[in-house]
Amino acid sequence: MSETALHHANPTGFAHQFEDLEQQHEAGRLGMWIFLATEILFFGGMFTAYTIYRALHLPAFVIGSHLLEVQFGATNTVVLICSSLTMALAIRAAQTGKEKSTIIMWLVLTMILGATFLGLKLRFEWYHDYVEHIVPGFGFVYRPEWGSLAPSVQMFMCFYFFMTGLHALHMVVGLGILAVLVGMAGKGKFTSQYYVPLEISGLYWHFVDIVWIFLFPLLYLIGGRYASGGH
Amino acid sequence: MSTATIDLHEAPAESSTNYLNATYGMKSWLLTLDHKRIGMLYLGTITLMFLVGGIAAVLMRLNLLEPQGALVEPDTYNKLFSIHGILMVFFFLVPSIPATLGNFLIPLMIGARDVAFPRLNLMSWYVFITGCAFVLYAVMAGGVDTGWTFYPPFSSSYSHSHVVAAALGIFIAGFSSILTGLNFIVTIHKMRAPGMTWFRLPLFIWAMYATSLIFVLGTPVIAVTLLLLGAERLLHVGIFDPAIGGDPLLFQHLFWFYSHPAVYIMILPGMGVISELITAFSRKKIFGYSFVAFSSLAIAIISFVVWGHHMFVTGQSIYAGLVFSVLSFVVAIPSAVKVFNWTATLYKGSISYEAPMLYALGFIGLFTMGGLTGLFLASLATDIHLNSTYFIVAHFHYVMVGGAVMAFLGGIHYWWPKITGRMYPDLWARFAAFVIFIGFNLTFFPQFMLGYLGMPRRYGIYPEEFQVLNVMSSAGASILAVGYVIPLVYFFWSWNYGPPAGPNPWGATGLEWETASPPPTENFEHTPIVTEEPYNYPTAEVASE
Amino acid sequence: MADHDAHGEHVQHTEHVVPISTYVGVFLVLLVGTALTTGVAYIDLGRWNTVVALIIAVTKMLFVVLFFMHVKYNPGLTRIVIVGAFFWLGIMICFSMADELTRSWEYNPLPWNSSIILPYIQHFLF
Repeated sequence: MSETALHHANPTGFAHQFEDLEQQHEAGRLGMWIFLATEILFFGGMFTAYTIYRALHLPAFVIGSHLLEVQFGATNTVVLICSSLTMALAIRAAQTGKEKSTIIMWLVLTMILGATFLGLKLRFEWYHDYVEHIVPGFGFVYRPEWGSLAPSVQMFMCFYFFMTGLHALHMVVGLGILAVLVGMAGKGKFTSQYYVPLEISGLYWHFVDIVWIFLFPLLYLIGGRYASGGH
Repeated sequence: MSTATIDLHEAPAESSTNYLNATYGMKSWLLTLDHKRIGMLYLGTITLMFLVGGIAAVLMRLNLLEPQGALVEPDTYNKLFSIHGILMVFFFLVPSIPATLGNFLIPLMIGARDVAFPRLNLMSWYVFITGCAFVLYAVMAGGVDTGWTFYPPFSSSYSHSHVVAAALGIFIAGFSSILTGLNFIVTIHKMRAPGMTWFRLPLFIWAMYATSLIFVLGTPVIAVTLLLLGAERLLHVGIFDPAIGGDPLLFQHLFWFYSHPAVYIMILPGMGVISELITAFSRKKIFGYSFVAFSSLAIAIISFVVWGHHMFVTGQSIYAGLVFSVLSFVVAIPSAVKVFNWTATLYKGSISYEAPMLYALGFIGLFTMGGLTGLFLASLATDIHLNSTYFIVAHFHYVMVGGAVMAFLGGIHYWWPKITGRMYPDLWARFAAFVIFIGFNLTFFPQFMLGYLGMPRRYGIYPEEFQVLNVMSSAGASILAVGYVIPLVYFFWSWNYGPPAGPNPWGATGLEWETASPPPTENFEHTPIVTEEPYNYPTAEVASE
Repeated sequence: MADHDAHGEHVQHTEHVVPISTYVGVFLVLLVGTALTTGVAYIDLGRWNTVVALIIAVTKMLFVVLFFMHVKYNPGLTRIVIVGAFFWLGIMICFSMADELTRSWEYNPLPWNSSIILPYIQHFLF
């Protein structure tokens, strides 16, 4: 009853509780930013714990960090930065009224890059770590060269897996969202007037990228990688 | 002097279309996008959780009739107080006013058709009941005995109870809170009616806005903390494990970073309700509107820097303790500001004593007592003596039950005619309010004395000399239980047999009173345009208009 | 169109379209930042390694936020939300650290607490 009472010139995706599309856009954007604020606090709990333990157990964290391979971390950082670019271009394509095939192309590229990130991580980092027995809770083996710091090295690896694991989970959700967007784009739902789902999904995707931008130096580069012993 | 006027000439609610009868059937309720229906779905759910948590309380108080424990073994007692705490905190108090009255009233009060994200709103209810399902499973499968605070290493390594299921339930319910808070913030920012500036908003909206800020900033932290705890319990290794250099106190920091602001989630909406009730039933505008509005924000902000006062005796650094202690005194100030302003509103007001007002007056007294006793706990030296005793139990029950629950009941009574289009019997309502007040004080005042005398909390057995006070407390609990049952009965009765209430039975100000009772699905026939200050009493008179 | 006065937040009516060159420029900045972070890690700067890495990370974040997430073109409430969230994170980290890092501090009583008064009080209590 109320839906028909408000008939607007541009009904594409318009929701009746709003006065107009512009209010809907602003509300959607504000809503996503608030959600990202909650995500900052969500990851923030782990960053807090990390900060405290790093301050208290720095030598062990250096050892742990050196167990990780910088080339994969750096490569994955580049992969995600590329995916942020393709995501931004997908939104821009909709904004400038490009063909839906263009939008879909950029979205699919973003998905491929995201999947690449996950693939590299799973196969070359996590699986490798499992084989090397440095996954806490899954046959973690203390190495003699760690000496008395060994338990705290395991602590570091806990952080590594919890933080990158949570990040990877967010990537998977992001891929799901992108798949939905591809479907919507395929049905021609996005116009230069209505592209708010793309925009707010873009915000989410960029946020996940930013988390990784911080995780890379904080996990992989503790204590530097210079040849003079690491600390 | 305002009395509840019942307009018998108005057509009964059913003949006009409103949100209750616009569509019928389970699907129309379970798939509704109407914020009013979602508020009602929440009301049913939290009432159920309140009953289960209440049963745990009944069993606890029965057990405490005798020094050696009259009913259950200590292990079972541990499960009872844990379940009572978990259900009451996370599944009743936190969602109570926000998800029921907040959902129902916010769009109405600001002149909007619905909240910003109705589908998210419905999803938040489904997420909430999923959380309820997990925690009820934990209860039925044998309970959890860690206390609602889940401190490791007991919860991560030594407890043999259903910690993961309970923690998962709370984790999931937390997302429901986040979505609700997010929805409210966007709604209040973006969907106010023309002319509804920030300083024309009812104070309930200011309180809900402040509450939503806490929802959004605090809840994610407990979510990740419980996630980490669950992972540690499942993997047998984790970041709180001292064996690998972990610090159990870190869990407490992360836990209380949310859980202290959470108690303000529980009280702020109640304070918002009280602002509405005091003005309506003294027929006078609020004294110091901007002070009350800003005090809500101040409480929300300062609440985030006091959490260490829960950890004074756990091994926290005394230097940190000093800082938290000072800030805990500071956080009392905005609450006091509100109490002064409500009192000043009452002064020279035209006061009437309908049931909602009785609850409001009870709130002011009991919340003040609870708040003042908090100061003893904020002070490091006295807290050493009082921590982990019944003094704390009494303190938080005064603010949470004497405060938040009273406000919740007052609000339900006040807005019941708007929600259902029916009036409840006022005499029974006043009687129930008295019974609750007396039962409450008899239950919890002796607990202040017990705590001061040294009886520890979370114990099902106690030294002989405490029995008299314990029996008094349990007697009070039985009266309180009766007091809670009475409204259930007359509210159900009023649903079918209550006299129809007009749009504004109390003669109150506010946009919600300018539409029909119950409101139509889209809330207003035409988008209202606001030109007046809030609480602009005396109003054009009542329901027969 | 709706009356914007009541909604409080005044917004631009036209959505700003960012030129592709800007996006590519930001992309290159981000790549350079990544290379720098990785490269600097191989240079011994002692504890400044971390500081440099964090400064680069924050800079990269700012570029993503301002340009990819359009915050440069969306001033106002968005910025308050972002700053607020980080500020709250800061509260959590700082106050928790305040405890964890000061637990081992020794208690140094002020002169008027020490040699005379405290034993005097203790004498009365016991």
